Amino acid sequence: MRTGLADSARNIRRYALEMGEVQGQGYIGQALGVADVLAVLFGHVLRFRPDDPAWAERDRFLLSVGHYAIAAYAAFAEAGIVEPSELADYGADGSSLPMSAMASSTPGMEISGGSLGHGLGIATGMGLGLRHRGSSARVVTLLSDGELDEGSTWEAAMACAQFGLANVLAVVDVNGLQADGATVLASGSLVGKWEAFGWTVRRTDGHDLDALVTAFDELTAAPTGPSILLADTRPGRGVPMFEDRERAHFLPVREDEWAQAREQLT
Amino acid sequence: MIASFADPGQRTVQAPFGRALAALAEERPEIVGLSADLTKYTDMHVFRDAHPDRFFQFGMSEQVLLGAAAGLAEVGLRPFASTYSVFATRRAYDFLCLDIAEPRLPVTVVGGLPGLTTGYGPSHQATEDLAILRGCPNLTIVDPCDAVDLAQIVPALAALDGPSYLRLLRGAVPSVLDEYDYRFELGRAVAIRPGRDVLIVSTGLMTMRALAAARALEADHVDVAVLHVPTIKPLDVDTIVAEASSGGRLVLTAENHTVAGGLGEAVGAALALAGRAVRLGRIGLPDEFLAAGALPTLHDRYGLSTAAVVERVRQDLSGRAQRRGGESS
Repeated sequence: MRTGLADSARNIRRYALEMGEVQGQGYIGQALGVADVLAVLFGHVLRFRPDDPAWAERDRFLLSVGHYAIAAYAAFAEAGIVEPSELADYGADGSSLPMSAMASSTPGMEISGGSLGHGLGIATGMGLGLRHRGSSARVVTLLSDGELDEGSTWEAAMACAQFGLANVLAVVDVNGLQADGATVLASGSLVGKWEAFGWTVRRTDGHDLDALVTAFDELTAAPTGPSILLADTRPGRGVPMFEDRERAHFLPVREDEWAQAREQLT
Repeated sequence: MIASFADPGQRTVQAPFGRALAALAEERPEIVGLSADLTKYTDMHVFRDAHPDRFFQFGMSEQVLLGAAAGLAEVGLRPFASTYSVFATRRAYDFLCLDIAEPRLPVTVVGGLPGLTTGYGPSHQATEDLAILRGCPNLTIVDPCDAVDLAQIVPALAALDGPSYLRLLRGAVPSVLDEYDYRFELGRAVAIRPGRDVLIVSTGLMTMRALAAARALEADHVDVAVLHVPTIKPLDVDTIVAEASSGGRLVLTAENHTVAGGLGEAVGAALALAGRAVRLGRIGLPDEFLAAGALPTLHDRYGLSTAAVVERVRQDLSGRAQRRGGESS
């Protein structure tokens, strides 16, 4: 199984690099960094039907970090939700794969993230509503550590705990990076913060597939309230020349480097 | 006791919004109610008490209130989310705009204390909520006149497959429109009273004041028509332009809102774009942060009371007569 997840992670990285080359840009550092987490989510955690994105009992995957769209499309392609051939249209005018995620454009994209601090609030309502309707579907929200600066994230954190939403699972890409540089407000004890807000917390290496599987299994086994996985990741992971590059929110890539990056992909 | 803007001795209905929502929810099990620590102050307590399993309390968290309302709608429920207008618009606008309006979700945001309906000062007076929200695509905006209007508006908004914002009238709400042949229709302006000399194009509680002013002006033999515009967006431009440009009447807009960015500007733009030269005046709140104090005094001071509307009509008519006199001399 782990071999399959490792293959998936590699495919997600490759798809992301192909999209990045098409547009000459994209949040490729984050996409490479979160690829292992997405491989485990789509390959092991989420319940969905690739050919029926509107299946009522699907687990909802909310991309709160709308700028991670390139990563999500790569994961959708690997999961069979999007045809890999469609990735060539990434970011083009009228494409179903816009550079910032939009629910109205892409099958499987549940929300239009991007204005940060929105995903967990919507997840709160979805969790409440699904429970109210007797559904066993879960709501899984991908956030970033920079996004934890947003006060609305903590409003939602309190609400999920208050309502005891066992069907809400949050995943934070902890890459220590935001637009102006290193994370500002979310440094310090993230585990302690979330525990104090009433969440069940695991923190793990976001590139250790076994550890990710174990953590997700523990969190989803018999939850009594909201749970969260803090995944420590490295931007650019899997492409050595990007891993070694100065950490940047928007990783600069020269035109001739994309082919080289694909060759370096581990 | 919640302060009411009802005039002394006026007939009122208690909590018409909460009653209408609770009654409608008997037939529509997907209706849910949400509030952010303002349940009894937005008349949502009536719904909460009738349907406790369908009510969700979010505490003082307006951003997650509106985000969660969107999430509830995403999974097939029909949320009404109530807070004060100042918080729904100023504080949580990004969530109203992106989580609810952009995906066209069937959510009604219920804003209490719209315009000048409290003496608590700028922190509570949503004098610019319409100006903020008129620019929000997809959003239907409704400003009811009274309890009669509200009782019809709640089911109309619940039937709408899209996002809406309701300017709430709460507590003891006047009942006025049952004295007229009136029926609310979403998106339609309704001529409530005919008149030869003046046309008041009004929305919200200012329709009640316009009707009272029209009756008072009968003593002066001034004949005032009232066109009620409960739906601010989409605006019934055709009816407004047709009414305002017929009969050569003085036209005054009247709104419980700043004159910047509300009904008055919308009507002015509609007439200009239709190429109609109409003498137009605006009754509304000044473009400033308002004082705290007692509501009746504040309505007098800022021109929203019946007496102030009567005086304004007299002044504008007299100004027009003087100008005509000047032109002829």
